[in-house]
Amino acid sequence: MPPRTETARCWEAPPAPSPHVLSLLGLSGEDGARTLELLRRQRLQRPAIFVGTGTCGLGAGAGKTLSAVRKHLQARAIEADVVEVGCIGLCSDEPLVDVQFPGRQRLSYRGVTEDKVPALLDGVWAGQVKGPSLVGQFSSPGLEPWPKLPRLEDHPFFAPQTRWVLANCGIIDPASLEEYASRGGYGALHHSLTSLTPEAVCDAVERSGLRGRGGGGFPSGKKWHIARQQEATQKYLICNADEGDPGAFMDRAVIEGDPHRLVEGMAIAGYAIGASQGYVYIRAEYPLAIRRLAAAIEQARGVGLLGKGIFGTSFDFDIRLKQGAGAFVCGEETALINSIEGRRGMPRPRPPYPAERGAFGKPTVINNVETLANVPVVIGRGADAFAAVGTEGSKGTKVFALSGKVSRTGLAEVAMGTTVRQIVFEVGGGIPDGKAYKAVQIGGPSGGCIPASHLDIQVDYESLKSVGAMMGSGGLVVMDEGTCMVDVAKFFMDFIQRESCGKCIPCREGTRRMLEVLEAITRGRRSEKDADALERFQGVMALNELADVIKDTSLCGLGQSAPNPVLSTLRWFRDEYEAHVYDRRCPAGVCAQLLTYTIDEEACRGCTLCMRKCPTGAIMGAAKSPHYVIQDKCIACGTCLTVCRTHAVLVS
Amino acid sequence: MDTLQPILDRYPGAGRDALIPILQTVQEAEGFLSPEAITRVGKHLGLPASKVFGVATFYNQFRFQPLGKYHIQVCRGTACHVKGSLGTLETLQRMLDLKPGSTTRDGLFSLETVACLGACGLAPVVCVNGEFFAGVTPDTLKKLVDGVKQREVAHAASH
Repeated sequence: MPPRTETARCWEAPPAPSPHVLSLLGLSGEDGARTLELLRRQRLQRPAIFVGTGTCGLGAGAGKTLSAVRKHLQARAIEADVVEVGCIGLCSDEPLVDVQFPGRQRLSYRGVTEDKVPALLDGVWAGQVKGPSLVGQFSSPGLEPWPKLPRLEDHPFFAPQTRWVLANCGIIDPASLEEYASRGGYGALHHSLTSLTPEAVCDAVERSGLRGRGGGGFPSGKKWHIARQQEATQKYLICNADEGDPGAFMDRAVIEGDPHRLVEGMAIAGYAIGASQGYVYIRAEYPLAIRRLAAAIEQARGVGLLGKGIFGTSFDFDIRLKQGAGAFVCGEETALINSIEGRRGMPRPRPPYPAERGAFGKPTVINNVETLANVPVVIGRGADAFAAVGTEGSKGTKVFALSGKVSRTGLAEVAMGTTVRQIVFEVGGGIPDGKAYKAVQIGGPSGGCIPASHLDIQVDYESLKSVGAMMGSGGLVVMDEGTCMVDVAKFFMDFIQRESCGKCIPCREGTRRMLEVLEAITRGRRSEKDADALERFQGVMALNELADVIKDTSLCGLGQSAPNPVLSTLRWFRDEYEAHVYDRRCPAGVCAQLLTYTIDEEACRGCTLCMRKCPTGAIMGAAKSPHYVIQDKCIACGTCLTVCRTHAVLVS
Repeated sequence: MDTLQPILDRYPGAGRDALIPILQTVQEAEGFLSPEAITRVGKHLGLPASKVFGVATFYNQFRFQPLGKYHIQVCRGTACHVKGSLGTLETLQRMLDLKPGSTTRDGLFSLETVACLGACGLAPVVCVNGEFFAGVTPDTLKKLVDGVKQREVAHAASH
């Protein structure tokens, strides 16, 4: 692991704002400079309290925390600003509340539920800033630090990160265009429009090595060049925010926490390819993100950052929101175009590629949210500075959504080339409850698993492919010894066969057959009849062959990668498959039908509840004396386990 | 009162690309897509009802049955699955005697599974009428459902 230099820190000081953007917002002159200091929170007129109210924060109760904060301030007659911010990424410590006093550095507290608000605020106002819930203080040059309090950037969750795309997430008020502008926002757009030709923008993006962050990893600059060279009266830019991968939520967090970054990135991309109309295809399941993005677009329109003649140039650009209706396959670009056109979201054959003939038959560039959010970074830093971070083939950073069996869950943005071990054990803090690491599932349903033996693999498009996984959109689900890999494969196949659009028979029927094979090997002997056993063995043997057919003969990315979860688990966890097939045993104790239920005679009080609830009458016993399970009748449904009040039902 | 006409009036002379937004607005207003709504949307856009139905059934978002007063969404994302969301779903199914995608006869509860609610850091997650419940267990769910039922009974008694 390369030593971290002082310059490579999680957060860098925000860039200086562009004077042109400031004058557009009426923030120039002496008054403007003062407002700017307030916006950058270098100067405060009165204390400020920040509450993280992203979807994850709200799920943890941040909405109630927010009203508790307001009520408390009123009750104590304290004058303070209350600011709603996006998600800083540390989901497991939500709700997060930050407090900043004039002249001092901002402090961050975790797990501040409604009931803890009064005690926390009373304590902080009385000068007891170091409580057990303190996460750390933000380092802001020019503000007085709190002595002996840890810095947030030294926190193990943040220290290994490089925050470019997430630079503002959880720090600024996402509803404020001015605050985004005060941290250099829209400066890259102004620079592109006034000093660069569209071709130069495409060149810069190509030279930066930015690749699609949505899964495919296609070089974005190349895609833009193709679209730019097309002759057409109208071109379209589509932002793919249909984050359908189960286990991925970085696009949501970026839009909720820093929507203007996406608007700016889209405007630059529109300029580069010559599109005047942009669409954001966003999941309807993200109501908060839709609201915040719609508000940001409205604000940008209001000051002329979207619309006709942006920055006095001849460039027109506007953005419309389209709500996705919930179909995983619509993450595929041609399916997404069909959906925008009001059809069933089924992929089309390529070529022609969308960059040549896409939405409504016009050249169309489709980029993922994170890719477009990277564009202001590329232009702002310069292509070479962007390309200086990362590995040979993968440049810049990648945002991962870390979840599953890991101590700290949330959003982490790391430089390409960071190892998976660092992400799981440093950022994520390792596996909780003293359990052993088993695998990390990366790339969602199209991705694969990384076993313990490959933990030191670098995050990079090519090296991930070499172990049968893929970058995907960036969902990282950690699994411990209590997770059954056959069950995981079954879960993904169930998802994919439901989401297969049905156009290609190998994908539609093949994924269903694969699911049936997996169901057969996780089924108990009790529900097996006649030739079932033979079919079970035959199915397992044909699994690999079937996977190859689906891969080779499907039209779109969904089908071509559909067998990956099975292939990857077969490759790294063959022993678990064998235990299921030969021993009829689930080593992790997950596959319910392979479990044996018994009743502990010492603990059973003979309440007869399990006997009455048992759907097959497999439990016998007289009232007030221990019961027992007749194994031949038991279908392992687990009902007795859930109803038993004395924990007398044992599973093995 | 006709809720459909004002919605259609908002899209005068619309083409096929307005189909999904219209269906979304109709569902938001009426809670589900009725056969009548499908035919009328089709007439408005000049599309056969079969095409409209074909598009509507393709997407998970559209429902053809009214929602319950309490609409429960169970997240079946990867992170939730690893943390035991199948048990969550089964518990709810047993408690409410309801299959995903349907509504109880008294119209009180409807159950639905969703691919991912995007709150994976808080898994397993259940969402009731848009409000998130993080880290749910069979016990917390039982309390939740029983609480709702009691409140409804009390409410019915007071009327």
